[in-house]
Amino acid sequence: MNVANEALAGHGPHGAHGAHGSGHGPSQKQYIIGFVLAILLTAVPFALVMGHSGIGTGVLIAAFAVAQIVVHVVYFLHVNSSQEQRWNLTALLYTVLMVGIIMIGSLWIMHHLYSTMTPGAMHHMVWSAKH
Amino acid sequence: MSNETLLMQNGAAALKPGYADHAADALRGLRQAGDAVDFQVEHHHDVASTIQLGFWIYLMSDCLLFSGLFATYAVLHGHTAGGPSGAQLFDLPSVLTETMFLLFSSFTCGLATLAMNANNRNATVGWLGVTFLLGAGFVTMEVREFAHMVAIGAGPSHSAFLSSFFTLVATHGLHVTCGLIFMIVMMVAVLRKGLTETNRARLNCLSLFWHFLDIIWVGVFSLVYLFGVAH
Repeated sequence: MNVANEALAGHGPHGAHGAHGSGHGPSQKQYIIGFVLAILLTAVPFALVMGHSGIGTGVLIAAFAVAQIVVHVVYFLHVNSSQEQRWNLTALLYTVLMVGIIMIGSLWIMHHLYSTMTPGAMHHMVWSAKH
Repeated sequence: MSNETLLMQNGAAALKPGYADHAADALRGLRQAGDAVDFQVEHHHDVASTIQLGFWIYLMSDCLLFSGLFATYAVLHGHTAGGPSGAQLFDLPSVLTETMFLLFSSFTCGLATLAMNANNRNATVGWLGVTFLLGAGFVTMEVREFAHMVAIGAGPSHSAFLSSFFTLVATHGLHVTCGLIFMIVMMVAVLRKGLTETNRARLNCLSLFWHFLDIIWVGVFSLVYLFGVAH
C-alpha cells in the first residue's frame, strides 16, 4: 500500500494527485543515495584527520565538504534545473556567489591587513610559525 | 397505427430541441465545474510553490548570515590570546557522533516527507518524532561540549578564537533548537488537523529548513573541527 502510494507520488502522471506529487514528491531512492553518499563523504575526511595522514589534508577536507554540500542540495533539497525550480536555482547560485565574495574577500583583506601591520604581523607570524 | 407513429415522431421532434438544450446546459455546467476544479488545483499548487520559494529565499539570506560568521571565524581562528587552540579543545569522535545524529535526522526527515506524500499521517508524525529525538541528541551533545569548555576556562570571553567559535556554532545550535520547536508544532498540527494543504506546505518548509541546517553543519565540522585539528 505504502509502496504503491510512494510510486504514485514519485512518478505518477495520475491526474491532479500525480501532478501534485511530482512537484515536490521525491522518491525514497533519492534519499537513500544521498544518505549513503553523505555518510561516505563524512567518514573519509574524519578518517583522514583522525588518522593524521598529513599531506594535503586541508585541500581534501575542503573538497569533501563541497562534494557533500552538492550531494545534500541535489538529493535532500531536490534542487534541479527544471522550469519549476528556476527561481530557487537562481537564488541559490546568487547566494553561492555572495558567500564566495564574503569568505574569500574577508580572508584576503584581513590577511593583507595583518601583513602590513608590523607589530601585529610579527606576533601573528611568530604564532603561526610555532603551530 | 400510422397516427400513432406520426405522434411519436412529432413528440420526438418536439422533445429533441429541449433535450439538446438541456444536454448543452449540462455540458456547459460540467465544463465550468471542471475549470473551477482545475483552477483550484492550480491555485493551491501556485500558493504552495510560492510559499516554498519565499521560504527558500529566507534560507538563502540565512546562508549569508552564516557566511559572515564563517568568515569571522576563518579570520580569527588563530587568535587564541595565549589560550587553548582548536586542536587542544576539539574532540573529534564526539563531533563525528554529533554529525551522525544530524545526518540520520536529515534522512528520517526525508522519510517523513515521503510518508506525507503517501498520505500516511501516522508515519509522518512517527518519522518527525524520530527526527526530533535525533536532533535533540545533537543539541544535547553540543550543550554538553559548550558546558565542558566553559568549565575548563575556555569560554567565549577568553579569546577572539573562542568568541567566534561560540558565535558560529551556537548560532547553528540555536537554529537547530528552533527547528525542534517547529517540529513539535507540526507534529501537534498534523495530529489535530491531519495532512491538510496548509500543513503540507508547512511540512515542506520544515524539511527544507532541516536539510539546510545539515548543510550548514557540513561547513561547521569541516572548517571548524576538521581544519582546527588538522592544523
